[in-house]
Amino acid sequence: MEGTGLEKTIGVLNEKFEGEVLHAAMLYDFPTITLKKDKIIEIIKFLKEHPDTRYHYLTTLCGIHYPELNQIAIMYQLHNMMSGERVRLKIYLPAEKPEVPTLTTVFAGANWMERETYDFFGVIFTGHPDLRRILNVEDMIMFPLRKEFPLEDQVREDKNDTMFGR
Amino acid sequence: MEEVKQSDQAYHYQEEEKQYSYLNLGPTHPATHGIFQNVLKMDGEIIVDAEPTIGYIHRAFEKLSERRPFNQITPITDRMNYCSAPINNMGWHMTVEKLIQAEIPKRVQYMRVIIMELARITDHLICNAVIGVDTGALTGFVYMFQQRELVYEIYEEICGARLTSNIGRIGGFERDFSPKAWEKIHRFLKEFPKVLKEFENLLERNRIFMDRTIGVGGITGERALEFSFSGPNLRAAGVDYDVRVAKPYSSYEDFDFTIPIGTNGDVYDRFMVRQGEMWQSLSIIEQAIKNLPDGPFHGKVPDFYLPPKEEVYNNMEALIYHFKIVMGETDVPKGEVYHCVEGGNGELGFYLISDGGRTPYRLHMRRPCFIYYQAYPEMIKGSMLSDAILTMSSMNVIAGELDA
Repeated sequence: MEGTGLEKTIGVLNEKFEGEVLHAAMLYDFPTITLKKDKIIEIIKFLKEHPDTRYHYLTTLCGIHYPELNQIAIMYQLHNMMSGERVRLKIYLPAEKPEVPTLTTVFAGANWMERETYDFFGVIFTGHPDLRRILNVEDMIMFPLRKEFPLEDQVREDKNDTMFGR
Repeated sequence: MEEVKQSDQAYHYQEEEKQYSYLNLGPTHPATHGIFQNVLKMDGEIIVDAEPTIGYIHRAFEKLSERRPFNQITPITDRMNYCSAPINNMGWHMTVEKLIQAEIPKRVQYMRVIIMELARITDHLICNAVIGVDTGALTGFVYMFQQRELVYEIYEEICGARLTSNIGRIGGFERDFSPKAWEKIHRFLKEFPKVLKEFENLLERNRIFMDRTIGVGGITGERALEFSFSGPNLRAAGVDYDVRVAKPYSSYEDFDFTIPIGTNGDVYDRFMVRQGEMWQSLSIIEQAIKNLPDGPFHGKVPDFYLPPKEEVYNNMEALIYHFKIVMGETDVPKGEVYHCVEGGNGELGFYLISDGGRTPYRLHMRRPCFIYYQAYPEMIKGSMLSDAILTMSSMNVIAGELDA
């Protein structure tokens, strides 16, 4: 995987989805493509079925919160086992109202991964068959992996962390 | 024609009248080997539908790791798949090493392979022994657990801990394997094949065992791929995907081994794949010991690897590094990195985003259990209750990994 996977994927994307790619780079050994959020499901489906890419396996899916951008990123990681190529697709959603169509129509395994992302980031996957909390309790009111929820008790005074980073 | 129609109606009428019973399997049930709840909708003894609830031992690992320096995340990874904790540790070390682009000596890589394959053996050994228990063969379980004890003694000799091993460091090992550890490894390699052979003789061609497991809890290869299965469960369905071969890490490309695969993806195939993998692991360990290169037992990563105590007391530079590591003041490059290893249950991946701070900005763990357990209701639909238990144990669902 020396960049060829990245160029090939971009080439395939440009066949049908010209102008959807915002940014593409090799991050360490991993091709990473940032896309516009609107057509993400069509794009993943297209990449899955296209004979040149055939990303037929969803490795993982997760959210990342960027409070300074006020955005939540969703990362999809796809894999073609035959050629050993992988790709990471990223989309950015507004943090106030993160909404994206569900991927369960393409990959059955996206079901729980999306539920987990909903559970921790509050991302609404429209069309998801069963979007409920999965690891946390049902009546929880917050989305704990967002950065506004600090890990340590903020009223504690006996511990001064100002000297040592986060 | 008319008659057929009438009987059709009668059939539909019966369908509506049918009453289902609901059975609460778990959360704490001795046969589920962990804390899993499944509400089963039953028609007599046939399962019509299942509703799994997970998260009973959720410990927020992903959130916790956002406040911990890199070396303090290793003990967290122990508690994911606690049946093969060293593989999780190594996976995490290698992720960080990839981020900081550290060079790891060949000897460390081989030592890691030895530890990881020992861990894989214990993982598969427990899973297969438990499949035996769930079919009624308790003898094999007790017998195999003795062997697990031998492996845990090896861990103890190397790192001092047993179950949650916290083995190794970022950059290598804290010390070389002691002569006693080598002695124990050799003892295990000498004793285990005999026991494994006996275990095999006990179950592999056993009429009762085969009747109970063949054709039970099966899944096709296509469906398994759609559900993002990985590891022995995917290989049992006939897909020969193994991270060790597909994307070798830690010098796995140096070793000669095969990937056992099944065809039907049922309980028996999963059992056989794990059984085959144990033999392969034994062969890998033997190869690693035979070809073990000389050299240091850790790489040159002073920013992450704690210097030996004598040097801390006598050497200014070592003292500075020691202080920096303990206080978590090491500079980390910015970037995002994904590294995956072949864990006991499949592709165990760490997706790490670093913003240059002392802790990860975000750490996402791809936990194979969590991903494939969602196919469980589909796999047990239409089967008997006793088969559901067997399916769960053969999938090797580990509560710690499932709930993170």
